[in-house]
Amino acid sequence: MYEFEFVKPTTLADAIAALGAEEAQALGGGQTLIPTMKQRLAAPAVLVSLTGIEEMKGVSIGDGIITIGGATPHAVVAEAVAGAYPALAALAGNIGDPAVRNRGTIGGSLANNDPSACYPAAALASGATVVTSNREIAADDYFQGMFTTALEDGEIVTAVRFPVPEVASYRKFEQPASRFALVGVFVAKYPEGVRVAVTGASEEGVFRWTEAEAALSVEFSPDALEGLNVSPEGMIGDLHGTAEYRAHLVKVMTKRAVAACIG
Amino acid sequence: MTEVTMTVNGKLMRGEVEGRTLLVSFLRDQLGLTGTHVGCDTSQCGACVVHVDGKAVKSCTMLALEADGAEVATIEGQADADGSLNVIQQAFQDHHGLQCGFCTPGMVMSAAALLKENPKPTEDEIRHYLEGNICRCTGYHNIVKAILAASGQEAAAIAAE
Repeated sequence: MYEFEFVKPTTLADAIAALGAEEAQALGGGQTLIPTMKQRLAAPAVLVSLTGIEEMKGVSIGDGIITIGGATPHAVVAEAVAGAYPALAALAGNIGDPAVRNRGTIGGSLANNDPSACYPAAALASGATVVTSNREIAADDYFQGMFTTALEDGEIVTAVRFPVPEVASYRKFEQPASRFALVGVFVAKYPEGVRVAVTGASEEGVFRWTEAEAALSVEFSPDALEGLNVSPEGMIGDLHGTAEYRAHLVKVMTKRAVAACIG
Repeated sequence: MTEVTMTVNGKLMRGEVEGRTLLVSFLRDQLGLTGTHVGCDTSQCGACVVHVDGKAVKSCTMLALEADGAEVATIEGQADADGSLNVIQQAFQDHHGLQCGFCTPGMVMSAAALLKENPKPTEDEIRHYLEGNICRCTGYHNIVKAILAASGQEAAAIAAE
Protein backbone atom coordinates (compact mmCIF):
# COMPACT_ATOMS: atom_id res chain seq x y z
CA MET A 1 0.00 0.00 0.00
CA TYR A 2 1.31 3.48 -0.84
CA GLU A 3 1.51 5.88 2.07
CA PHE A 4 -1.30 8.40 2.54
CA GLU A 5 -2.43 10.92 5.08
CA PHE A 6 -5.08 9.46 7.41
CA VAL A 7 -7.73 11.68 8.93
CA LYS A 8 -10.65 10.65 11.09
CA PRO A 9 -13.15 13.47 11.48
CA THR A 10 -15.93 13.24 14.05
CA THR A 11 -18.49 15.35 12.20
CA LEU A 12 -19.94 15.16 8.71
CA ALA A 13 -18.97 18.79 8.08
CA ASP A 14 -15.33 18.04 8.85
CA ALA A 15 -15.43 14.96 6.63
CA ILE A 16 -16.80 16.96 3.70
CA ALA A 17 -14.07 19.54 4.21
CA ALA A 18 -11.37 16.87 4.38
CA LEU A 19 -12.65 15.25 1.18
CA GLY A 20 -12.10 18.55 -0.59
CA ALA A 21 -8.36 17.84 -0.60
CA GLU A 22 -6.62 16.73 -3.77
CA GLU A 23 -6.81 12.91 -4.28
CA ALA A 24 -8.86 12.42 -1.13
CA GLN A 25 -10.98 9.30 -0.70
CA ALA A 26 -13.58 8.32 1.88
CA LEU A 27 -13.01 5.15 3.91
CA GLY A 28 -15.97 3.22 5.31
CA GLY A 29 -15.18 -0.07 7.00
CA GLY A 30 -12.36 -0.66 4.52
CA GLN A 31 -13.28 -4.24 3.70
CA THR A 32 -13.01 -3.52 -0.02
CA LEU A 33 -10.91 -0.37 -0.13
CA ILE A 34 -8.02 -1.65 2.02
CA PRO A 35 -7.50 -4.80 -0.10
CA THR A 36 -7.78 -2.60 -3.20
CA MET A 37 -5.14 -0.26 -1.85
CA LYS A 38 -2.87 -3.17 -0.93
CA GLN A 39 -2.95 -4.18 -4.58
CA ARG A 40 -2.19 -0.56 -5.47
CA LEU A 41 -5.34 -0.39 -7.55
CA ALA A 42 -6.27 2.65 -5.47
CA ALA A 43 -3.75 5.13 -4.10
CA PRO A 44 -5.45 8.09 -2.42
CA ALA A 45 -3.27 10.87 -1.04
CA VAL A 46 -5.67 11.45 1.83
CA LEU A 47 -7.89 8.81 3.38
CA VAL A 48 -10.88 10.20 5.26
CA SER A 49 -12.29 7.67 7.70
CA LEU A 50 -16.04 7.92 8.20
CA THR A 51 -16.10 5.52 11.15
CA GLY A 52 -15.78 8.23 13.78
CA ILE A 53 -18.88 10.15 12.71
CA GLU A 54 -21.62 9.26 15.20
CA GLU A 55 -24.35 11.07 13.22
CA MET A 56 -23.82 8.55 10.40
CA LYS A 57 -24.31 5.46 12.56
CA GLY A 58 -27.35 3.57 13.71
CA VAL A 59 -30.78 2.46 12.55
CA SER A 60 -34.15 4.13 13.08
CA ILE A 61 -37.49 2.57 12.27
CA GLY A 62 -40.81 4.36 11.91
CA ASP A 63 -43.83 4.91 9.62
CA GLY A 64 -42.92 2.03 7.35
CA ILE A 65 -39.46 3.44 6.67
CA ILE A 66 -36.13 2.13 7.93
CA THR A 67 -33.30 4.64 7.95
CA ILE A 68 -29.78 3.24 8.22
CA GLY A 69 -26.80 5.51 8.79
CA GLY A 70 -24.16 5.21 6.09
CA ALA A 71 -21.43 4.20 8.55
CA THR A 72 -23.49 1.42 10.13
CA PRO A 73 -21.79 -1.98 9.97
CA HIS A 74 -23.59 -4.98 8.46
CA ALA A 75 -23.67 -6.81 11.81
CA VAL A 76 -25.56 -3.92 13.42
CA VAL A 77 -28.07 -3.79 10.56
CA ALA A 78 -28.61 -7.55 10.76
CA GLU A 79 -29.63 -7.26 14.38
CA ALA A 80 -31.48 -3.95 14.27
CA VAL A 81 -33.90 -4.70 11.41
CA ALA A 82 -34.54 -8.38 12.16
CA GLY A 83 -38.09 -7.61 13.27
CA ALA A 84 -38.95 -4.76 10.91
CA TYR A 85 -37.46 -6.05 7.65
CA PRO A 86 -36.34 -9.68 8.03
CA ALA A 87 -35.18 -10.09 4.42
CA LEU A 88 -32.87 -7.09 4.75
CA ALA A 89 -31.58 -8.40 8.09
CA ALA A 90 -30.90 -11.80 6.56
CA LEU A 91 -29.04 -10.21 3.66
CA ALA A 92 -26.90 -8.05 5.96
CA GLY A 93 -26.22 -11.03 8.23
CA ASN A 94 -24.92 -13.12 5.36
CA ILE A 95 -22.45 -10.72 3.76
CA GLY A 96 -18.89 -12.03 3.86
CA ASP A 97 -18.17 -13.48 7.28
CA PRO A 98 -18.66 -12.28 10.88
CA ALA A 99 -15.40 -10.30 11.04
CA VAL A 100 -16.15 -8.57 7.74
CA ARG A 101 -19.68 -7.74 8.94
CA ASN A 102 -18.27 -6.04 12.03
CA ARG A 103 -16.35 -3.55 9.86
CA GLY A 104 -18.04 -3.26 6.47
CA THR A 105 -20.71 -0.57 6.18
CA ILE A 106 -23.82 -0.09 4.08
CA GLY A 107 -22.61 3.29 2.82
CA GLY A 108 -19.29 1.80 1.78
CA SER A 109 -20.99 -1.04 -0.05
CA LEU A 110 -23.36 1.25 -1.94
CA ALA A 111 -20.63 3.77 -2.79
CA ASN A 112 -18.44 0.99 -4.18
CA ASN A 113 -21.30 -0.71 -6.09
CA ASP A 114 -19.43 -3.94 -6.65
CA PRO A 115 -21.34 -5.88 -9.35
CA SER A 116 -21.58 -8.87 -6.98
CA ALA A 117 -22.35 -7.07 -3.72
CA CYS A 118 -25.57 -7.83 -1.85
CA TYR A 119 -26.71 -4.41 -0.62
CA PRO A 120 -27.27 -2.89 -4.08
CA ALA A 121 -29.89 -5.59 -4.73
CA ALA A 122 -31.72 -4.73 -1.50
CA ALA A 123 -31.61 -0.99 -2.18
CA LEU A 124 -32.81 -1.33 -5.77
CA ALA A 125 -35.54 -3.89 -5.03
CA SER A 126 -36.79 -1.79 -2.12
CA GLY A 127 -36.85 1.42 -4.12
CA ALA A 128 -34.64 2.85 -1.38
CA THR A 129 -33.49 6.44 -1.19
CA VAL A 130 -29.77 7.06 -0.94
CA VAL A 131 -29.23 10.13 1.23
CA THR A 132 -25.92 11.87 0.61
CA SER A 133 -24.10 14.81 2.07
CA ASN A 134 -25.90 17.16 -0.31
CA ARG A 135 -29.01 15.49 -1.81
CA GLU A 136 -31.30 12.47 -1.97
CA ILE A 137 -31.04 10.00 -4.84
CA ALA A 138 -33.64 7.37 -5.75
CA ALA A 139 -32.10 3.90 -6.06
CA ASP A 140 -33.38 3.75 -9.66
CA ASP A 141 -31.14 6.72 -10.50
CA TYR A 142 -28.27 5.86 -8.17
CA PHE A 143 -26.83 2.67 -9.70
CA GLN A 144 -25.20 3.47 -13.04
CA GLY A 145 -23.17 0.38 -13.90
CA MET A 146 -20.37 -1.74 -12.51
CA PHE A 147 -18.55 0.22 -9.77
CA THR A 148 -20.37 3.33 -10.98
CA THR A 149 -22.95 5.40 -9.12
CA ALA A 150 -24.52 8.84 -9.25
CA LEU A 151 -22.17 9.99 -6.48
CA GLU A 152 -19.93 12.89 -7.31
CA ASP A 153 -16.41 13.44 -6.02
CA GLY A 154 -16.42 14.08 -2.30
CA GLU A 155 -20.11 13.12 -1.91
CA ILE A 156 -20.77 10.85 1.07
CA VAL A 157 -23.60 8.34 1.54
CA THR A 158 -24.86 9.52 4.93
CA ALA A 159 -27.94 7.29 5.16
CA VAL A 160 -30.19 4.93 3.23
CA ARG A 161 -33.97 4.90 3.59
CA PHE A 162 -35.79 1.63 2.91
CA PRO A 163 -39.58 1.50 2.55
CA VAL A 164 -40.66 -1.70 4.30
CA PRO A 165 -42.36 -4.13 1.87
CA GLU A 166 -45.30 -6.42 2.60
CA VAL A 167 -42.99 -9.37 2.08
CA ALA A 168 -39.52 -9.84 0.65
CA SER A 169 -36.74 -12.36 0.25
CA TYR A 170 -33.14 -12.38 -0.93
CA ARG A 171 -31.64 -15.55 -2.38
CA LYS A 172 -27.91 -15.63 -2.99
CA PHE A 173 -26.10 -18.29 -4.95
CA GLU A 174 -22.68 -17.89 -3.40
CA GLN A 175 -19.37 -18.03 -5.15
CA PRO A 176 -17.92 -20.41 -2.58
CA ALA A 177 -14.47 -18.86 -2.21
CA SER A 178 -15.37 -15.19 -1.90
CA ARG A 179 -18.96 -15.63 -0.71
CA PHE A 180 -19.93 -12.78 -3.00
CA ALA A 181 -23.06 -13.46 -5.00
CA LEU A 182 -22.50 -15.45 -8.17
CA VAL A 183 -26.11 -14.41 -8.63
CA GLY A 184 -28.31 -12.85 -5.98
CA VAL A 185 -31.96 -11.92 -6.41
CA PHE A 186 -33.95 -9.67 -4.09
CA VAL A 187 -37.73 -9.79 -4.50
CA ALA A 188 -39.84 -7.23 -2.63
CA LYS A 189 -43.65 -6.97 -2.79
CA TYR A 190 -45.18 -3.55 -2.20
CA PRO A 191 -48.82 -2.44 -2.52
CA GLU A 192 -47.82 -0.66 -5.78
CA GLY A 193 -46.26 -3.80 -7.22
CA VAL A 194 -43.37 -6.22 -7.05
CA ARG A 195 -39.74 -5.20 -7.54
CA VAL A 196 -37.00 -7.65 -8.50
CA ALA A 197 -33.32 -6.68 -8.37
CA VAL A 198 -30.47 -8.89 -9.53
CA THR A 199 -26.83 -8.67 -8.43
CA GLY A 200 -23.78 -10.66 -9.48
CA ALA A 201 -25.05 -11.40 -12.96
CA SER A 202 -24.74 -8.43 -15.26
CA GLU A 203 -21.78 -6.61 -16.75
CA GLU A 204 -23.81 -3.48 -15.98
CA GLY A 205 -23.99 -4.25 -12.25
CA VAL A 206 -27.23 -4.52 -10.30
CA PHE A 207 -30.38 -4.34 -12.45
CA ARG A 208 -34.16 -4.71 -12.22
CA TRP A 209 -35.69 -7.68 -14.01
CA THR A 210 -38.74 -5.78 -15.17
CA GLU A 211 -40.42 -8.68 -17.03
CA ALA A 212 -40.42 -10.67 -13.80
CA GLU A 213 -41.76 -7.67 -11.90
CA ALA A 214 -44.68 -7.35 -14.32
CA ALA A 215 -45.50 -11.06 -14.16
CA LEU A 216 -45.20 -11.22 -10.37
CA SER A 217 -47.32 -8.10 -9.92
CA VAL A 218 -50.15 -9.97 -11.67
CA GLU A 219 -49.60 -13.30 -9.95
CA PHE A 220 -47.16 -13.55 -7.04
CA SER A 221 -46.01 -17.13 -7.44
CA PRO A 222 -42.96 -18.94 -8.89
CA ASP A 223 -45.22 -20.28 -11.65
CA ALA A 224 -45.75 -16.75 -12.95
CA LEU A 225 -42.11 -16.80 -14.11
CA GLU A 226 -42.45 -20.02 -16.13
CA GLY A 227 -42.66 -18.41 -19.56
CA LEU A 228 -39.85 -15.91 -18.95
CA ASN A 229 -36.22 -16.28 -19.87
CA VAL A 230 -33.19 -14.10 -19.24
CA SER A 231 -30.84 -13.47 -22.13
CA PRO A 232 -27.16 -14.30 -21.50
CA GLU A 233 -26.22 -11.23 -23.50
CA GLY A 234 -24.43 -8.77 -21.22
CA MET A 235 -24.12 -11.30 -18.40
CA ILE A 236 -20.80 -11.82 -16.65
CA GLY A 237 -18.90 -14.90 -17.79
CA ASP A 238 -15.79 -15.96 -15.88
CA LEU A 239 -14.11 -19.05 -14.42
CA HIS A 240 -16.88 -19.34 -11.82
CA GLY A 241 -19.70 -19.50 -14.33
CA THR A 242 -20.57 -18.72 -17.93
CA ALA A 243 -22.93 -15.98 -19.00
CA GLU A 244 -25.52 -18.67 -19.88
CA TYR A 245 -25.16 -20.19 -16.41
CA ARG A 246 -25.68 -16.85 -14.70
CA ALA A 247 -28.68 -16.03 -16.91
CA HIS A 248 -30.20 -19.36 -15.93
CA LEU A 249 -29.49 -18.72 -12.26
CA VAL A 250 -31.33 -15.39 -12.36
CA LYS A 251 -34.61 -17.18 -13.02
CA VAL A 252 -33.86 -19.98 -10.57
CA MET A 253 -32.99 -17.62 -7.75
CA THR A 254 -35.98 -15.37 -8.48
CA LYS A 255 -38.28 -18.38 -8.24
CA ARG A 256 -36.67 -19.40 -4.97
CA ALA A 257 -37.04 -15.90 -3.58
CA VAL A 258 -40.73 -15.80 -4.50
CA ALA A 259 -41.26 -19.27 -3.06
CA ALA A 260 -39.61 -18.13 0.18
CA CYS A 261 -41.92 -15.09 0.30
CA ILE A 262 -45.10 -17.12 0.04
CA GLY A 263 -43.87 -20.22 1.89
CA MET B 1 4.21 9.23 11.62
CA THR B 2 1.29 9.56 13.98
CA GLU B 3 1.02 8.48 17.58
CA VAL B 4 -1.47 5.69 18.24
CA THR B 5 -2.68 4.54 21.64
CA MET B 6 -4.75 1.46 22.36
CA THR B 7 -5.40 -0.92 25.21
CA VAL B 8 -4.08 -4.33 24.19
CA ASN B 9 -4.98 -7.27 26.41
CA GLY B 10 -5.67 -4.84 29.24
CA LYS B 11 -2.44 -2.85 28.95
CA LEU B 12 -2.18 0.64 27.53
CA MET B 13 0.18 0.60 24.55
CA ARG B 14 1.54 3.44 22.45
CA GLY B 15 3.41 3.57 19.19
CA GLU B 16 4.18 5.63 16.12
CA VAL B 17 2.62 4.46 12.89
CA GLU B 18 2.11 5.54 9.31
CA GLY B 19 -1.37 5.99 7.92
CA ARG B 20 -0.97 2.74 6.00
CA THR B 21 0.21 0.66 8.98
CA LEU B 22 -2.20 -2.23 9.41
CA LEU B 23 -3.41 -3.18 12.86
CA VAL B 24 -1.81 -6.60 12.48
CA SER B 25 1.55 -5.01 11.61
CA PHE B 26 1.37 -2.78 14.67
CA LEU B 27 0.57 -5.74 16.92
CA ARG B 28 3.23 -8.01 15.50
CA ASP B 29 6.08 -5.69 14.52
CA GLN B 30 5.84 -2.97 17.15
CA LEU B 31 4.31 -4.74 20.13
CA GLY B 32 5.91 -8.11 19.41
CA LEU B 33 2.57 -9.89 19.71
CA THR B 34 3.28 -12.43 17.01
CA GLY B 35 0.51 -14.81 18.05
CA THR B 36 -1.77 -13.00 15.60
CA HIS B 37 -0.86 -14.43 12.21
CA VAL B 38 -0.93 -13.09 8.68
CA GLY B 39 -2.14 -15.89 6.45
CA CYS B 40 -3.50 -14.49 3.23
CA ASP B 41 -3.27 -10.72 3.75
CA THR B 42 -6.46 -10.42 1.69
CA SER B 43 -9.09 -10.79 4.47
CA GLN B 44 -10.08 -14.28 3.36
CA CYS B 45 -8.38 -16.60 5.84
CA GLY B 46 -9.03 -15.21 9.31
CA ALA B 47 -5.64 -16.12 10.85
CA CYS B 48 -5.39 -12.46 11.88
CA VAL B 49 -8.71 -12.21 13.75
CA VAL B 50 -8.52 -10.13 16.92
CA HIS B 51 -11.23 -8.35 18.91
CA VAL B 52 -11.57 -4.59 18.70
CA ASP B 53 -13.97 -3.18 21.29
CA GLY B 54 -15.31 -6.68 21.74
CA LYS B 55 -15.96 -7.41 18.06
CA ALA B 56 -14.04 -9.89 15.92
CA VAL B 57 -12.23 -8.15 13.06
CA LYS B 58 -9.58 -9.10 10.56
CA SER B 59 -6.56 -7.12 11.69
CA CYS B 60 -4.96 -7.33 8.22
CA THR B 61 -7.88 -5.31 6.89
CA MET B 62 -8.03 -2.56 9.47
CA LEU B 63 -5.64 0.34 9.82
CA ALA B 64 -3.83 0.70 13.14
CA LEU B 65 -5.05 4.28 13.36
CA GLU B 66 -8.65 3.06 13.14
CA ALA B 67 -8.03 1.27 16.44
CA ASP B 68 -6.75 4.41 18.16
CA GLY B 69 -8.31 4.51 21.61
CA ALA B 70 -9.83 1.03 21.24
CA GLU B 71 -9.71 -2.05 23.45
CA VAL B 72 -7.93 -4.77 21.51
CA ALA B 73 -7.79 -8.42 22.54
CA THR B 74 -5.37 -10.87 20.94
CA ILE B 75 -4.59 -14.53 21.43
CA GLU B 76 -1.86 -13.59 23.93
CA GLY B 77 -4.49 -12.26 26.30
CA GLN B 78 -6.75 -15.29 26.20
CA ALA B 79 -5.13 -17.43 28.89
CA ASP B 80 -6.51 -17.22 32.40
CA ALA B 81 -4.88 -14.94 34.96
CA ASP B 82 -2.70 -17.75 36.32
CA GLY B 83 -1.38 -18.49 32.83
CA SER B 84 -3.39 -21.66 32.29
CA LEU B 85 -5.28 -22.13 29.04
CA ASN B 86 -8.80 -20.75 28.99
CA VAL B 87 -11.80 -22.96 28.30
CA ILE B 88 -11.63 -22.55 24.52
CA GLN B 89 -7.87 -23.07 24.29
CA GLN B 90 -8.08 -26.12 26.54
CA ALA B 91 -10.88 -27.55 24.41
CA PHE B 92 -8.75 -27.09 21.27
CA GLN B 93 -5.99 -29.07 22.98
CA ASP B 94 -8.33 -31.76 24.33
CA HIS B 95 -10.05 -32.30 20.98
CA HIS B 96 -6.98 -31.85 18.82
CA GLY B 97 -8.55 -28.80 17.19
CA LEU B 98 -5.40 -28.03 15.25
CA GLN B 99 -2.97 -29.68 12.94
CA CYS B 100 -0.20 -27.29 11.87
CA GLY B 101 -1.61 -24.62 14.19
CA PHE B 102 -1.19 -21.65 11.88
CA CYS B 103 -4.90 -20.78 11.78
CA THR B 104 -5.44 -21.52 15.47
CA PRO B 105 -5.09 -17.99 16.91
CA GLY B 106 -7.78 -16.76 14.54
CA MET B 107 -9.94 -19.81 15.16
CA VAL B 108 -9.76 -19.30 18.93
CA MET B 109 -10.56 -15.59 18.63
CA SER B 110 -13.51 -16.26 16.31
CA ALA B 111 -14.71 -19.01 18.65
CA ALA B 112 -14.51 -16.59 21.58
CA ALA B 113 -16.56 -14.02 19.65
CA LEU B 114 -19.13 -16.66 18.72
CA LEU B 115 -19.56 -17.96 22.27
CA LYS B 116 -19.98 -14.43 23.57
CA GLU B 117 -22.86 -13.85 21.11
CA ASN B 118 -24.25 -17.35 21.28
CA PRO B 119 -23.16 -19.39 24.34
CA LYS B 120 -24.67 -22.69 23.10
CA PRO B 121 -24.29 -22.74 19.31
CA THR B 122 -25.35 -25.70 17.24
CA GLU B 123 -22.86 -27.49 15.02
CA ASP B 124 -24.35 -25.69 11.99
CA GLU B 125 -24.07 -22.32 13.69
CA ILE B 126 -20.42 -22.97 14.51
CA ARG B 127 -19.61 -23.99 10.94
CA HIS B 128 -21.44 -20.94 9.58
CA TYR B 129 -19.67 -18.60 12.00
CA LEU B 130 -16.27 -19.95 10.96
CA GLU B 131 -16.88 -19.14 7.27
CA GLY B 132 -14.18 -16.49 7.42
CA ASN B 133 -11.58 -18.73 9.05
CA ILE B 134 -9.73 -21.08 6.76
CA CYS B 135 -7.75 -24.11 7.97
CA ARG B 136 -5.63 -25.31 5.11
CA CYS B 137 -4.95 -28.58 6.97
CA THR B 138 -8.76 -29.03 6.72
CA GLY B 139 -8.91 -29.60 10.46
CA TYR B 140 -12.42 -28.19 10.72
CA HIS B 141 -14.05 -31.22 12.22
CA ASN B 142 -12.03 -31.20 15.43
CA ILE B 143 -12.19 -27.41 15.59
CA VAL B 144 -15.99 -27.65 15.57
CA LYS B 145 -15.82 -30.36 18.21
CA ALA B 146 -13.56 -28.21 20.37
CA ILE B 147 -15.94 -25.27 20.19
CA LEU B 148 -18.93 -27.48 21.01
CA ALA B 149 -16.99 -28.80 24.01
CA ALA B 150 -15.94 -25.29 25.07
CA SER B 151 -19.62 -24.34 25.13
CA GLY B 152 -20.31 -27.21 27.51
CA GLN B 153 -22.02 -29.39 24.91
CA GLU B 154 -21.45 -33.00 23.98
CA ALA B 155 -18.85 -33.04 21.20
CA ALA B 156 -18.30 -36.74 20.69
CA ALA B 157 -21.46 -37.39 18.70
CA ILE B 158 -20.96 -35.22 15.62
CA ALA B 159 -20.27 -37.01 12.39
CA ALA B 160 -17.41 -36.09 10.09
CA GLU B 161 -18.43 -34.19 6.97
